[in-house]
Amino acid sequence: MSGSTSAITVKKHSSFYRWLTGMFITLYKVSKFIARFFKELFMPPYEFKEVIKQCYDVGVRSFTLITVTGFIVGWIFTKQSRPSLVTIGATSWLPSLVSIAILRALASLVTALIAAGKVGSSIGAELGSMRVTEQIDAMEVSGTKPFKYLVCTRVIATSITVPLLATYTAFIALLGGYLNVAQNEGISFTTFMQNAFDPITFIDFWATLTKSLVFGFTIGIVGCYQGYNALRGTEGVGKAANGAVVTAMFLVFIEEVIVVQIFGWLR
Amino acid sequence: MVKIKTTIAHKDPVITIRGLEKSFEQNTVLRGIDLDLYQGENLAVLGRSGTGKSVLIKIICGLLKPDAGEVKVFGQEITHITEKQLQEIRVRIGFSFQNSALYDSMTVRKNLEFPLVRNRTKLSRKEINDAVEGTLDAVGLLQAINQMPAELSGGQRKRIGIARTLILNPEVMLYDEPTAGLDPITSIEINSLINEVQQRYKTSSIIITHDLTCAKMTGDRVAMLLDGKFERQGSFEEVFDTDDERVKPFYDYNFIK
Repeated sequence: MSGSTSAITVKKHSSFYRWLTGMFITLYKVSKFIARFFKELFMPPYEFKEVIKQCYDVGVRSFTLITVTGFIVGWIFTKQSRPSLVTIGATSWLPSLVSIAILRALASLVTALIAAGKVGSSIGAELGSMRVTEQIDAMEVSGTKPFKYLVCTRVIATSITVPLLATYTAFIALLGGYLNVAQNEGISFTTFMQNAFDPITFIDFWATLTKSLVFGFTIGIVGCYQGYNALRGTEGVGKAANGAVVTAMFLVFIEEVIVVQIFGWLR
Repeated sequence: MVKIKTTIAHKDPVITIRGLEKSFEQNTVLRGIDLDLYQGENLAVLGRSGTGKSVLIKIICGLLKPDAGEVKVFGQEITHITEKQLQEIRVRIGFSFQNSALYDSMTVRKNLEFPLVRNRTKLSRKEINDAVEGTLDAVGLLQAINQMPAELSGGQRKRIGIARTLILNPEVMLYDEPTAGLDPITSIEINSLINEVQQRYKTSSIIITHDLTCAKMTGDRVAMLLDGKFERQGSFEEVFDTDDERVKPFYDYNFIK
């Protein structure tokens, strides 16, 4: 009995040990990948054209979805918040409540999740496919720098574009909120905006922009890491795309907690 | 159809390999390889699938690291050099991939421009255009200049893949299964192109293949990879003039005896 228990413990221990070792190896590889990104970022060639192309791609790929989602989030959030405020006779707080929720949390989070789904998976699949079909090897053997051309440009693009998209999402969500408020309370756009921005401080803008920058960087680097290191075969491409989305979304939530905490201390 | 053998001076090899070993986990593919590639020579490397032929040329251009042994390219040991030094060597080597590895998202023109503009940064637009058009003309596909890789046939993709390496005027060409997946007529055209490249660009080449027609047509010398080593090297006739049971079936199956 004790012999079999001990055998099970050893087995469990060894699988836990393997999991732990695997996690540290992955962490080491990711850290190395990020370090390489920063090292190559400041070295020529700078591939400006490709950065602009990637920024355009990232923006265009997510634009429609972000517009629709942002509007719906603002509209629904306002609609669902009203009953609680009506019971305490505080519907005049609705604009500020909506703006705080959107600017401090929802805009950057919704944008990041959409970008992770649309852009992260696309980067993972594209680079994964290039790895599997030896296109990345072909770049390497021709004396060019595929890491710079493929990874640095995409990570820069997501880091620039996600904050811009988050700002746009905030605007669209506020618009959705306003339309709902106007429908029920009949206040003007100027009054709504004045009330909405009243409780917003400079630090709120910084927090949202910083968060979006961190999210954008994460989506780019995770997508590139998964694609660049995809294993051989079509299965590897699928895994890279899936891994890019799942990991990026998970990290976005973790980072949300961390950044909110840091800016909470700064307030 | 049969290659007119080039006269090769067997001195000053451009690539020297000694005692090269490579394993993938439990699977040892190269077990102490010795090989020389001489200036101006086409060397056909034969062997069954999975014997490490492609691994060999990937080690030569630094895509894979060997477990042991020495690999000298242009007299420089490449296993312990910096990334920058490796890049300088790679510019002098052309690598034609088995599946051509054309950049899907770029036109044929952009595929050729990609290595050129990044390695010859001082070229004018006119010089770039002339180089691209001249190289495409050399492989007989100037008309495909604005096409996307997906619009090309297998043979055309091979040619464009070769053109993309030639645009940097390499001194050494490494061909990975150049005739794999092609019909016999297109295969012969690709074999002729390999010989043309040797003559026109004065390249030294390693041609990895298991197609004996390709080896016979293109190789000045043939080396056969058996059990992780080059046990038979020489002219095509010398390599196959044997009763070795590991070699004979290879010949018989290729020519359906």
